[in-house]
Amino acid sequence: MDVEKIVASLHPLERKVVPVLKECGTLKEVIEKTGLCEAEAMRALQWLENKEALKIISEVKELIQLNSNGKEYLKKGLPERRFLETVSKQLLPIRKIGTASGLNEEEVTVCLGLLKSKAAIAIDNGIVEVTKIGQEALKKEWLEEAFLKRLSAGGVAPTALTPEEQFAYDIFKKRKDIIKTDVEKIKRFELTDIGKSLTETEMGDLETADRLTPEMLKDGSWKDKTFRRYDVTINVPKVNRGKRHFVNQATDYAKQVWVELGFKEMEGTHVNTCFWNFDALFTAQDHPVRDMQDTFYLKSPKEGKLPDNTVVNGVKSMHEKGGNIESTGWQYAWNGDVAKKNVLRTHTTVLSAKTLAALKKEDWPAKYFAVGRCFRNEAMDWCHLFEFNQFEGIVVDPESNFRNLLGYLKLFMNKLGFPKARFRPAYFPYTEPSVEIDVYHPTHEKWVELGGAGIFRPEVTVPLLGETIPVLAWGPGFDRIMMEYYGVTDLRDLYKNDLKQLRTMKQWMR
Amino acid sequence: MPSVKLNKQVFSNLVGKELSDEELSEQIPMIGTDLENVGETEIDVEVFPNRPDMLSEQGFARAFSAFIGEKIGLRTYTVKPSGSKVIIDPSVAAVRPYTACALVKNLKFDDEKIREVIQIQEKLHVTFGRNRKKLAIGLYPLEKIKLPIKYFAEDPNKVKFQPLESEQEMSAIQILSKHPAGRDYGHLLEGKDKFPFFSDADGAILSMPPIINSHRTGKIGKDTTEVFIECSGFDLNTCNICLNIIVTALADMGADIYSMELEYSEGKKITPDLDARRIKLDVPFINRWLGLELTEDQMSELLAKMGYGFDSGFVLVPAYRADILHMVDIAEDAAIAYGYENFEPEIPNVATIGEEAPIEVFRRRIADILVGIGLLETNTYNLTNAEDQNTKMGVDIKLAELESAVNTDYNVLRAWMIPSLMKVLQDNKSNEYPQNIFETGTCFKLDETTETGVNEFLRVAVTLCGAEVDFTRIKQVLDCLFDAASVEYESRETEHPSFISGRVARISVAGIDVAYIGEVNPQVLEDWGVEMPVAAFELNLTELYKHLKIN
Repeated sequence: MDVEKIVASLHPLERKVVPVLKECGTLKEVIEKTGLCEAEAMRALQWLENKEALKIISEVKELIQLNSNGKEYLKKGLPERRFLETVSKQLLPIRKIGTASGLNEEEVTVCLGLLKSKAAIAIDNGIVEVTKIGQEALKKEWLEEAFLKRLSAGGVAPTALTPEEQFAYDIFKKRKDIIKTDVEKIKRFELTDIGKSLTETEMGDLETADRLTPEMLKDGSWKDKTFRRYDVTINVPKVNRGKRHFVNQATDYAKQVWVELGFKEMEGTHVNTCFWNFDALFTAQDHPVRDMQDTFYLKSPKEGKLPDNTVVNGVKSMHEKGGNIESTGWQYAWNGDVAKKNVLRTHTTVLSAKTLAALKKEDWPAKYFAVGRCFRNEAMDWCHLFEFNQFEGIVVDPESNFRNLLGYLKLFMNKLGFPKARFRPAYFPYTEPSVEIDVYHPTHEKWVELGGAGIFRPEVTVPLLGETIPVLAWGPGFDRIMMEYYGVTDLRDLYKNDLKQLRTMKQWMR
Repeated sequence: MPSVKLNKQVFSNLVGKELSDEELSEQIPMIGTDLENVGETEIDVEVFPNRPDMLSEQGFARAFSAFIGEKIGLRTYTVKPSGSKVIIDPSVAAVRPYTACALVKNLKFDDEKIREVIQIQEKLHVTFGRNRKKLAIGLYPLEKIKLPIKYFAEDPNKVKFQPLESEQEMSAIQILSKHPAGRDYGHLLEGKDKFPFFSDADGAILSMPPIINSHRTGKIGKDTTEVFIECSGFDLNTCNICLNIIVTALADMGADIYSMELEYSEGKKITPDLDARRIKLDVPFINRWLGLELTEDQMSELLAKMGYGFDSGFVLVPAYRADILHMVDIAEDAAIAYGYENFEPEIPNVATIGEEAPIEVFRRRIADILVGIGLLETNTYNLTNAEDQNTKMGVDIKLAELESAVNTDYNVLRAWMIPSLMKVLQDNKSNEYPQNIFETGTCFKLDETTETGVNEFLRVAVTLCGAEVDFTRIKQVLDCLFDAASVEYESRETEHPSFISGRVARISVAGIDVAYIGEVNPQVLEDWGVEMPVAAFELNLTELYKHLKIN
């Protein structure tokens, strides 16, 4: 860029700074010379750097300086010298040294250790004696004392220490408040060739217009103005936009896909009786999945009500003896009180059970979906959470079959960005056949397990729908799909609500 | 799910074919088990709970061998009558009414085989036996006991024996508190007047099911060649199947099975009964269910790969299968044998109309409006704790509580949303201000008129947090929301402990209260450790939506 153009694009702040650049080398000097505040001067320098007029160099300077005790020792002498002087004049028991030398208890202890290690003193029956080495030492200036003096003259950079000073420094570092290391951040700059010629160029009329104002437009004065040139390539500060939570963006998308495929959304509660969550889904009352360690039971209100007798009796008879269909059932005495207990839904399949119970035959064929929160009583870690998302679907159509189930699941996985899906045999008490869905993760080159699907057993559909028809059903987890998409590796990060994360998280773009 | 370790060498001997690691990794999951690992010498699998017969190496290999076409069809086992009896005293009816028993002879035990037998027993106890509650298994060296056996119930203070791995004799009641197995499983007998026992012809106690065997008569060793096996529980059918699973596994090790006569008061029964169950194969049903067009022959061939027999239109179900309740179970096995990977996925041409739940559409519209005025949406848990919901907010709402939550920070269901947002503000003190956030979510209130006693509402809460925040700002947001939804609302003065007195309003629509709005009380901010002013409102979307729908 030629210098003329640069001059025309200078901001008033830069115009103030440019003339003093030649005589300054640091931000501090620029502030002193121009009288600008630090932020203004820094901004001007950064803009000039963008224009390649100068280069800002940030330096961190460390300086070893005297701390409170150091300053005191400089005046009074090091405690160990005072200790040694005191005991060289008279033999004293340890406990009296403090008062005699004016040292506190802690200093006395430190001195004892220090001087003993230097063999400057010897202790005999609790009486401290100065050794020959000690007496010699008293006559000389010590390395530590020389170092204190040097520091008192304005501090030393750690890199500038002589070997002797380094020795003293290492000792002082371990002791209390003798020295400290101050860190000073220095902003320095160097002029480039452009910068140098800039400082030699006349700044010209300072009256170039910075902003176009409504007044200029009203009175036509804009016609006489030249507008300062902007650096249009400059990076601008980020703005925060309003934004949906990334998990909700993904679940909204999943809903949209199901709606496109002709599915109707199911609604329902999170708190349900065991009857709907387990019994209606032909899960025997002693099945381990109903254990307290997996399931959130409610302490209050502990129990709910059972639905009308037809459904309850149908379910009871199915559990006990397979109802009136050719099934053995689970062959035990079903207990209505167990079914009354309230739980937080362990799967969205509870919505399917309720939907089937309410569905009339004239509404067949019918397809339903839900995407919702489910609950599991377990400790949190990177791959376990007590709340998780499932997507649920059912197809009620006498003509459906297993191949259709696989067809729907495959298509849905495709829409979520997984072109390869695999199906494995699985087991759930309420579906037969049962399927486990895996999708192939192209970048990790591995199969990722997503969860289950199947065809509802007649033991489920007969009490709820009144007939043995193959109701296709699925309820895989949705969290892993979201984690893969957003690059989240810890499940808890889906709900940590760190606003910075929310502001910067990528948009769901499928 | 129970995991089972298979010794690779033993396994492939049983299967009758050596397979490469790749073949094992590919085939094992397709039979309906989760493969964990194929290692140097061991294979780790997780068996689904519907297949207790696959919990042993023998049972697993039997199923796998058929599946890969090596040894297909029904396996038959010879049961010779032993002529020995088990007398079941009516006194057990009230504590543990049933047992199924057998003798197994010609065993060749070594350490490895004993390990296998213990593994089968333990896995069956945990899964099929529901931690011994439903069912427990005992094995006893035949050389130490004298037939016939008696199964009876007696006052636990009156019966004494030396429990397994114990130095001394104890009374049955003492065992519950003094023996490790007694402490683990004692709750299954606690409070009963009489405990169940097995004893031999000399009256020596063999065991106290489901807790512990006797040390003297109930310990299997390398020298044991003949055993007495019993399964006791509450359902005879379950006991029978469990016995069948064990004796067939032992028979696959090379042993011989002998039946016993069980003298129940209602009549005599002979166990084990290893005759296959006959079920009429419903070919059209299975084809319809699976979307296939298989002939009866093709279907019976598939079922042979799952270990079934077939005889003139009837499927022969092995006596060790616990999971065949209905024709669908046979359909699934046909599907597994057919290979899930061989099914052609197909979307049927069924016309149905897709639709989102209207309230969910409404909820998204509300979120979009708030996003449009620059708010950031959060997503927090439904679960929280009473301190956050009540104490820190200066209120006392009755909450729906959870039983035995593992994580005590999350043991109630939230009754309102603003505390959830306060928590977000608390966690984000180091992030840039202003922090203007909102969330839509479910809130839970006690309500006896509902099916569960809990009523659930959809709510939206907004909190504005920053130096410039005040009542006007938050009211602007609410006003904008109602404007966008074309809803007229009224505000009136009110008091609420979570808000500054004189700066809180109740909002109503058509005479129904739907929201609180105000500047959050500095005491609340202090309790949360939030050092910036907060203004907030919380609006009941369920109520608002009802209003919109009527009008």
